[in-house]
This record gives sequence, C-alpha cells and structure tokens, in this order.
Amino acid sequence: MRLRLELRPQPSRMMAWVSPLIAAAATLVAGFTLFSLLGKDPLQALQVFFVKPIETRYGIGELLLKASPLMLCAIGLAAGYRANVWNIGAEGQLALGALCGGGLALAFPGTESAWILLPMILAGAAGGAAWAAIPAWLKTRFNANEILTSLMLVYVATLLSSWLVQGPWRDPEGFNFPQSKMLADAALLPTLLSGTRLNAGFLIALAAIALAWLFFARSLVGFQMRVAGLAPAAANYAGISAKRNVWLGMLIGGAAAGVAGVGEAAGPIGQLLPSMSPGYGFAAIIVAFVGRLHPFGIALASLLMSLLYLGGESAQISLGLPSAVTGLFQGTLLFFLLAADVFINFRVGVVPRDAPPTTAAPATALGTRA
Amino acid sequence: MQAPAPRLELSAISKAYPSVVANDAIDLCVLPGEIHAVLGENGAGKSTLMKIICGIVKPDAGSIRWNGSVVKIANPAQARALGIGMVFQHFSLFETLTVAENIELALGPRGDKAGLDGRIEDLSGRYGLPLDPRRHIYSMSAGERQRVEIVRCLLQEPTLLILDEPTSVLTPQAAAKFFETLRRLAAEGCSILYISHKLDEIQTLCTRATVLRAGRVTAVCDPRQETPASLAKMMIGAELPHPHHRAATSRGDGGLGVRRLSLAADDPFGTDLVDIELAVRGGEIVGIAGVSGNGQKELLAALSGERRVADAGTIVVNGTPAGRLDPGERRALGLAFVPEDRLGRGAVPEMSLADNTLLTAWRQKLTYRGTIRVGAIRAYASAIIATFNVKASGPEAVARSLSGGNLQKFIVGRETLQGPRAMIAAQPTWGVDVGASAQIRQALIDLRDDGVAVLVVSEELDELLEICDRIAVMASGRLSASRAAAKSDAETIGQMMSGSFIDADQAQPGACAGGYANAAAPRTIDAP
Repeated sequence: MRLRLELRPQPSRMMAWVSPLIAAAATLVAGFTLFSLLGKDPLQALQVFFVKPIETRYGIGELLLKASPLMLCAIGLAAGYRANVWNIGAEGQLALGALCGGGLALAFPGTESAWILLPMILAGAAGGAAWAAIPAWLKTRFNANEILTSLMLVYVATLLSSWLVQGPWRDPEGFNFPQSKMLADAALLPTLLSGTRLNAGFLIALAAIALAWLFFARSLVGFQMRVAGLAPAAANYAGISAKRNVWLGMLIGGAAAGVAGVGEAAGPIGQLLPSMSPGYGFAAIIVAFVGRLHPFGIALASLLMSLLYLGGESAQISLGLPSAVTGLFQGTLLFFLLAADVFINFRVGVVPRDAPPTTAAPATALGTRA
Repeated sequence: MQAPAPRLELSAISKAYPSVVANDAIDLCVLPGEIHAVLGENGAGKSTLMKIICGIVKPDAGSIRWNGSVVKIANPAQARALGIGMVFQHFSLFETLTVAENIELALGPRGDKAGLDGRIEDLSGRYGLPLDPRRHIYSMSAGERQRVEIVRCLLQEPTLLILDEPTSVLTPQAAAKFFETLRRLAAEGCSILYISHKLDEIQTLCTRATVLRAGRVTAVCDPRQETPASLAKMMIGAELPHPHHRAATSRGDGGLGVRRLSLAADDPFGTDLVDIELAVRGGEIVGIAGVSGNGQKELLAALSGERRVADAGTIVVNGTPAGRLDPGERRALGLAFVPEDRLGRGAVPEMSLADNTLLTAWRQKLTYRGTIRVGAIRAYASAIIATFNVKASGPEAVARSLSGGNLQKFIVGRETLQGPRAMIAAQPTWGVDVGASAQIRQALIDLRDDGVAVLVVSEELDELLEICDRIAVMASGRLSASRAAAKSDAETIGQMMSGSFIDADQAQPGACAGGYANAAAPRTIDAP
C-alpha cells in the first residue's frame, strides 16, 4: 500500500484555516523532540518556552510590545505579496525608518511637546518607503529582481545605521559605546499599561491592521493588486498597471516597516543603536505567510511569533539554551506551515498494493512532456 | 473465413474524477484499417478515453483487448510498444531543435539513429507529408509542426493512430489533402481513431463513428449514412440551434479602425504585423479568419491596448485615436473585449463572479471614490447570470467552478452589459459546448443589431460565415481586404488563409499559413 497526493477538485477552505494549527502543533512536537535530545525535560522546557513568558502582566505587555513591529512589517509585506511583489527587505526599511524618525527626534533634543511624535512617524514612514523605492525603481526600470535588491539593501541599511551611531550621531557621553543620545522624553511613545513597557505603538499596529483590511477587502486598488498576484494575465487584460503594483507594493511595505522602526526607536530602545531589531523584518515574512496574508491572520500570527521571541529569551535564561533556538523555532514553524499548505490543494489517497507502478514517460512520440 | 479480431476493443471502460464521471461504461471497437471517428462535445469524455488508450490515465473499471487478447496498458511506453501512436492537439516539440533532433529525442536511447534523416525524408515523401529534417521547429507553421508530430508517430510504425482535432491548424484545402494521407494509411492496414466535433469532416473521412455525450456512448453509426442534423442530435441530444439575423444595419458611426498598422512582434516566435487596414462600423460584425499563429494574437494585443503603438492614429476607437492608450483608457472610450483565454485572463479563477465583474466593469458605478460597492457588484453579477442564462450557484460562485461555456457566457455578459460601442471577441466559442456557443453567437448578433461594432477573430470558419457581415483573412501577419460573408464560401476563404491574397512582391519568408497546399516550398508563399 502506498500513499499518494491527489489534487482536490477545489481547494479546501477548512484546510486553509486548519493548516496553520497543524503547523503550530507539529512545531510543538518538533520542539518536544528537540528538548528531549538536548537532555532537558521537554514538558518543563515547553512550559518555559511558551507559558512562562506570559504568566505575568509584564509578560503580556512584552508579548504585545514585540508583536507590534511584527504586525506592522508583516501587514506591509502582505500588501506586496498579494500582488506578487516580493519585498524581502523589511529589516532594512525598518532600520531606515528608525534612523529618520529617531534622527528627527535627536535634532530637537529639548522638545517638550508630544506633537513631535507625529512628524517622527511620518519621517519614519517616508524613510522606509524611500528605501523600498530603490528596489521598486530597479524593478520597473531595469526589471531587476526585487527579492535580491531589497534583501541586499538590508545590509546596506544595517551598515548605514552602524556608521551613523559610531560616527556623526554617537553620544559624546556614551563611554564610546556605538549608540546615540537618548531621545527626549516627549519624543517617546506613551506607555499604555502601567508596570509594562507596552506603548502606543501597539495601537498604531492595530490601526494598520484595520486599515489594511479596508484596503484589501474594500478598495478597488487593493482588489487590482490582488488580481495581479492571482492572475497576471487577467491584470494585463483589465489594464491594471504592473508598474503601479510594484510601486504600491514596495512603498506600502517600506512605509509600514519604517513606522515599526520609529516604534522601536521611540519605544523600548529610546535611542539609536547599530541594530534596531532582532530580525523583526525577516520574521515578519513568516508572520505574513502564517497569517495567510490576511490582516486578522497576521495579527494572530504576530502574537505567536512574539511568543517565540519571548520563549527563546526565557529558554536562554532558565535552561541555558543558545539564542539560536528562537530562529530554529521560527524556521520550523514556516517549514511545517508550507508542508501543511499542500493539503489545501491536495489530499492523501491510498494506492492499492496491486496497482502497477506508474513510470514517468520521457518526452515521447505519445507527446507527453510530463 | 473468420473475420479478423478487432485491432482495439474497449469494453465497459469507466473513469471517474473527484468532480465528474469522465467515462461511464464506454465500449469502443476499432477494426484493422478502419478510420473510426470519436465524436462528442467538449467535456463529453473523448480526451479521457484517448488518454486511457495511450496509457496516460488508468481506467477505474473495464477491459482493453488488443488484437484479440486482453492487455493492461500501464504507461505510454507500453502503448507505444503495442503499436499505438497519438498526435495530440497541442504539440510537444522543442522549438530550438531541428525536425530530426526532435524525432530522435522521441525514439529514445534504443532508437535507431543511423540514417534517420533519410528515413524521415523517405516516409514523409511516401505519405505526402514533405519535411526537411534539418529545419528548426521555430521557423515552421502550425500545419508543418503537425506534420512533424505525425511523421514522428509514423516512424514507430503504429498500427493504431490516434488524431485529436488534427484539422484545427489546417486550411480547408490542406485538410482535404491531409485526408488523402489518412486514407492511404488506412488502406495499408493502420487503424485510425479520429477525434473531432466537426461533423462534415467525419462524414467525408470516417466509416464508423462512436458518439459520446456526458461520458456515455450515445450511438455507434456510419456517419456517411447520417445527416449533420442527426449526428448533432446524437452528440448534444437536441437539434442544433440556429441564430436569427436581422438585415445589416450598418450605421457607419463609431466603431473600430486600424490604419496602416505595422508592428514588430515582441516575442521571438511571434508574427510581425504588416500594414494592417481594418474598419468595423457600428452595426456590423466583421470576422477575421485564419489559422492561429498568423498574427491574430499580436493584432488583438494591439487593439486591446495590452501592446501600445507609437502612432496614436493607427488605432481608432469610437472616433478617438487610441494607439497610445492603455486597456483601461480604451474601455473608457467604449471598447469591450472578450479574450481567448477565459480562465486566468478573462476571469480570475480563484475569485467569485461578483469580484470578477470588477475586473473590467468597475466603471459601471461599481465603486464609490475608490471603494468597492459590495451590493452593486453582487447585483451586477446577478444581472449577468440572469440575462445570459449562466449556470452558476450565484454571484459568490468561484469562477473556476463554472464550466467553460458558462464562464464564457459570463464574460460575454460582463462585457456586453457595459454598453460598449465596439466589441472584440477572440475565439468566442472555442471549447464551448454547442448550446452555449449558440447563445454567445446570438449575444454578438444582438450587439450588432443594437449598433455596436463587433469584431470576431475565430478559427472556426463556419462560425464566421454564420454570424459575420464581412470577413477578412489573416495570413503571415497581413490582413486581406474584407469581403461580404454572404458572397463567400469556405473554399475561397480557405484559399486566402494559405496566403493567396498576398502579392508576390510582398511575399516574405516566415510563418506561412501552414497549408499542405503549398507544401512544396514551405518557406515561401505561393503567388496566386
């Protein structure tokens, strides 16, 4: 008896929702095995990883705090991904957003008005969008692959922030650490929940989710971008400009990541550092897909991914595991999700034992190229 | 003396797919040297049956006898070893390789390559299928490519040859010549299974026909003893519907015009357009006939705006120069377009019918300041479904779930309800069942009667002769002057399809209409 994947007559709607759950469960099982092999009590390890971080009010605050940049980056990327625009460079766009928004705050060290936050956020969005505009221009002008160009610009952005905080923007009283001065108190996002670090950035992220839902589900432009992603020939036929889709997809992603960058600079970090993010921009790619490129799915997936970050930290502290365990869980999750997604379009069938083996025919006189 | 065992005998062959029973207890018997037709509409189960015979698909039930003994055809290689050869409707040739190289690939590692060129020339000469083994495929017309496929098949000395809609790439004259080749093969003892939905061809060529409808055999008959009407009745279970015309009402206003359009193909295997002149006035249907690949695709892209031309005045929509406008701007001028590919181009497969209205019809007040009016798109989709008799579960049905004919009716309806001034329809009934075809043709005629300029590009000559007021012919990227459809017949149009209207001094090497008619010098076009 053999198993075989059979094409479903139509994609299973149920599996589209169940597949992320299967992936999450499979990730847990993999984690269980991994912890056992590392000689840790797996149940205790899983408890440390997934429960302990959110047992306290402070922990919940941290969960939402870390989910905010993930939500922002992922929702922006999803706008592009829906239109087949593959922006991989949110990490760099986030860095540029932090530099522009944070830089603006550093330029007004004595400010007392919280109104500075608005231009900071706008500057961050503009900075991220400008960084994303480079791959967009290269794509529309030279047909350069945006996956490569946006990814390469991440490293340029990281080096740029590194140079700024080690050179012109270095805090003269910072004991030579590569860091800027602290942002003025008025230039920091207000705290939402006392006793936690959760700040207004979370509200911005929620607003972005709502806005994105409106854009995806109710706007003509959002619809047209989705057409371009699902059926490029239909988009051509309908006269939907492919260039406009590339520009919109990249700029939305860049702006959202830029706002996330400001949120880090004006939030938990409070200054500019060589690296403003523990890989939120890359993790957001996973979040976007785990969330099915749907705003609500992305909101939930951000929480899950945030928990993985917190769990990784908790495991480092309590169990003495290396920090790589966070990345490992992220990768495992994406791996299982992509695997489980197969069942949306396929189902498992059973081939009876006595059936003759199918041999693939070469390109033959029978004309099959299969 | 005992009658010879049938070459191929299928009994009670069944094959079910998750959503449809493609073959339901089908019996088929082909005698040695017989030209046997398998007749049926699209979706009747012809293709599945042929795939079963070729070993590509395994039947769920039933048995196959080959020359009297029971066989199980597990894979295409085994079918080939038995002597079954098939020429598919869609070619599988490598364009950048030569004829001989393509054939060598098919013969596989065990094939005898020595003297292959000679064998190709020998065999192609014997059956009137002239081929130069050293020519590259990309330089060949569709008709010539088909010849390569057939010769490739014949080199393996099949005793059963299966042909799937072979004349769709041929002019009527070339088809007649091709039939002689087939009769010759049959006379030598090769059985031929001839798949088609063209009744006249089956009546001239075949001695027996098995008629399929919805996966079942509805009749086995001698097509020569039948009338087209009786064959159609076996095939579709009803009389062939006939469209009703009004007299030409050409108003001479608006419409669609092309003035001296020359356009180099953007695809290396495409066809350059040369000096195209065309005028479609309001209230008439103009047809463009021709074998596919002679520039129709390029002309349609230039008309729809998917390809822009430098000189705006070259293309005129409703009186406005439109050569530099994009498809959306041309729609705003009143142009509607039904593309050749329904799924993936005319409609987004994964989206609902309601969402698919937005693709081209959003200007019909389906949006308000850039936001989608959800009620309006549902109402619009419902209106299309009701007016054009689309069989769908409702406006939320996913486009992919509709049959080809129903989706085509939906697309025609979506374009028609926008109240266009000019309508372009590319292969509007390709792969569409007879009933839906009749409705689509009627919709185009109704548009014309309402004063719309209608341009139909089709390979189906009968369809064009039936609905058009004027017909022009496309060959090698050129368009003939149009002629009244009432004064035309398949024969003259067919001659033009092989490029006879092009003056000798204009003749250029390249994609010729691929007729067997001018096979002696395939790279040049014969002067009339």
